[in-house]
Amino acid sequence: MSEKILMKGNEAIGEASVVAGCRHYFGYPITPQSELIEYMARRLPQVNGEFVQAESEIAAINMVYGAASAGARVMTSSSSPGISLKQEGISYIAGSQLPCVIVNIQRGGPGLGSIQPGQADYFQATKGGGHGDYRNIVLAPNSVQEMADITIDAFDLADKWRNAVMILGDGALGQMMEPVEFKESTRIPVEKPWATTGRHGRIKPNIVNSLNLQPDLMEKHNHVLQDKYARIEAAEARWENLQTVDAEIIVVAYGITSRIATTAINKARANGIKVGMLRPISLWPFPSKPLSDLAQQVKAFVVFEMSAGQMVEDVRLAVNGKRPVFFHGRTGGMLPTPKELYEKIVAVSNGEGGK
Amino acid sequence: MAEKVFGRPDALLDVPTHYCPGCHHGIIHRLVAEVLDELKATDRTVGVASVGCSALAYDYFNVDMVQAAHGRAPAVATGIKRVLPDGVVFTYQGDGDIAAIGTAEIVHAAARGERITTIFVNNAIYGMTGGQMAPTSLVNQVTTTSPYGRKLESAGMPIKLSELLATLDGAKFLARVAVNNPANMAKAKAAIKKAFEIQISGLGFAMVEVLSTCPTNWGVTPIEANKWMESNMMPYYPLGTFRSEEVAK
Repeated sequence: MSEKILMKGNEAIGEASVVAGCRHYFGYPITPQSELIEYMARRLPQVNGEFVQAESEIAAINMVYGAASAGARVMTSSSSPGISLKQEGISYIAGSQLPCVIVNIQRGGPGLGSIQPGQADYFQATKGGGHGDYRNIVLAPNSVQEMADITIDAFDLADKWRNAVMILGDGALGQMMEPVEFKESTRIPVEKPWATTGRHGRIKPNIVNSLNLQPDLMEKHNHVLQDKYARIEAAEARWENLQTVDAEIIVVAYGITSRIATTAINKARANGIKVGMLRPISLWPFPSKPLSDLAQQVKAFVVFEMSAGQMVEDVRLAVNGKRPVFFHGRTGGMLPTPKELYEKIVAVSNGEGGK
Repeated sequence: MAEKVFGRPDALLDVPTHYCPGCHHGIIHRLVAEVLDELKATDRTVGVASVGCSALAYDYFNVDMVQAAHGRAPAVATGIKRVLPDGVVFTYQGDGDIAAIGTAEIVHAAARGERITTIFVNNAIYGMTGGQMAPTSLVNQVTTTSPYGRKLESAGMPIKLSELLATLDGAKFLARVAVNNPANMAKAKAAIKKAFEIQISGLGFAMVEVLSTCPTNWGVTPIEANKWMESNMMPYYPLGTFRSEEVAK
């Protein structure tokens, strides 16, 4: 496929995963990501893939654990409450260093919450989420096209680093339709000599395992993981600058919120306010360096999220007290309007940014 | 030249195990290994260890092994088997793992007719964590979390997993065996072999429940443990075959 077609974000992730060579998907239905599991149920049999609708999100992530152990490119998807259920498995995946792609089409929380878009799983996604010291690579697209492109990248990053990659979307991105085109994947298949495929003449059995009862060896394993995370932080941060060159105020927003913020920024620019945006594309590793650099040039930062304030903590860590960092958020499944974001930019510009 | 009549199976590593004296895990490991060798499956087998005393089974089997989260081995095995349809995939699980925390995973793997083999070791107690009540602990059995004996009124009757799974058409072979004497060991090995043949022939899910002892946590000697199993477990958990389908030779 090279012509543009109209697709929902959820479906674009599904097709992109097939382009990336994913032939194994395990999932459980949940709104607002159901178009993705439905797409995989339809699509994978056409390419000799394996689709299993699991008995729970817990089972689905453990099927991912098994398929990744056997060396396959594998994906699961869910939405916030379902992602909470997967956390046990994600921790094991981190411990065992298994590559896989996990999609979270976030909705309003906590608890059963709402089925409308949310961004309140940021902490869970970027700080580990399950037990133990670990990180997932977290990518946050803001358009249907970027959902497709990032999905292909996600499989490559997962294999490159032997790490879980989470695509953090939301109900708006998952459900909205935009034109999308699928580029050929240029990936070079990664060798997986560690995979448990049966010995087939190999002398030493391969073992996929996160257990070590000897604490000194377990600490050593943790050092291996932390070294890997440090290398990922140095190599894989992604972000986009929008009108930042002469900006005095920097908006920080990701995902669907960055789209709404763009409208507000354009209006503020038209009214003479020098405002730009840094849009994190990777939420972990977080683009701290470019934010820290911008702190030398601008007067203030303002963070927009569909949460009560989560990414704002990482922005404050990056800015490190050099400039004020303001926040405006909506929760529970509510999208902010361009008007309220514009008004917040004006308030910050007038030195009335609030908290 | 002398003919070799007995040796260590290729599917078993030449290492000491951590299992307690009188525990049946060692025998059951060996039977599984002998069967894998006899079926010429060792080289294409992936085993899935669970959580419990057999969590370290990956150190003992000479096959590729995956260590699974508590109760999730059948889901992990499903993922492996869907990637390796020509591989031989088995889970090795204890009673707490399979009949408490992992009940959903085993029921649905069986319901799907997943082409995997499950070895279920039932010793009616949580061994690794130090002798707590299991879903399979008998009524009035004293454990560290049923210090006055398992109470029927609050804990219910122990779960008979083989009989429970026998209602599912995806399960093509279900048997309960024991390894308390040589005759039963021979029957256990035959059942384990059949359970792997069911998988290899593509028929569906197969499970062998092996009654086992836990002298340490039962607080008895190995010989007393065998007797306790015979007089307490076997009446409630009758040996036998609950589902069986013919394998085309």
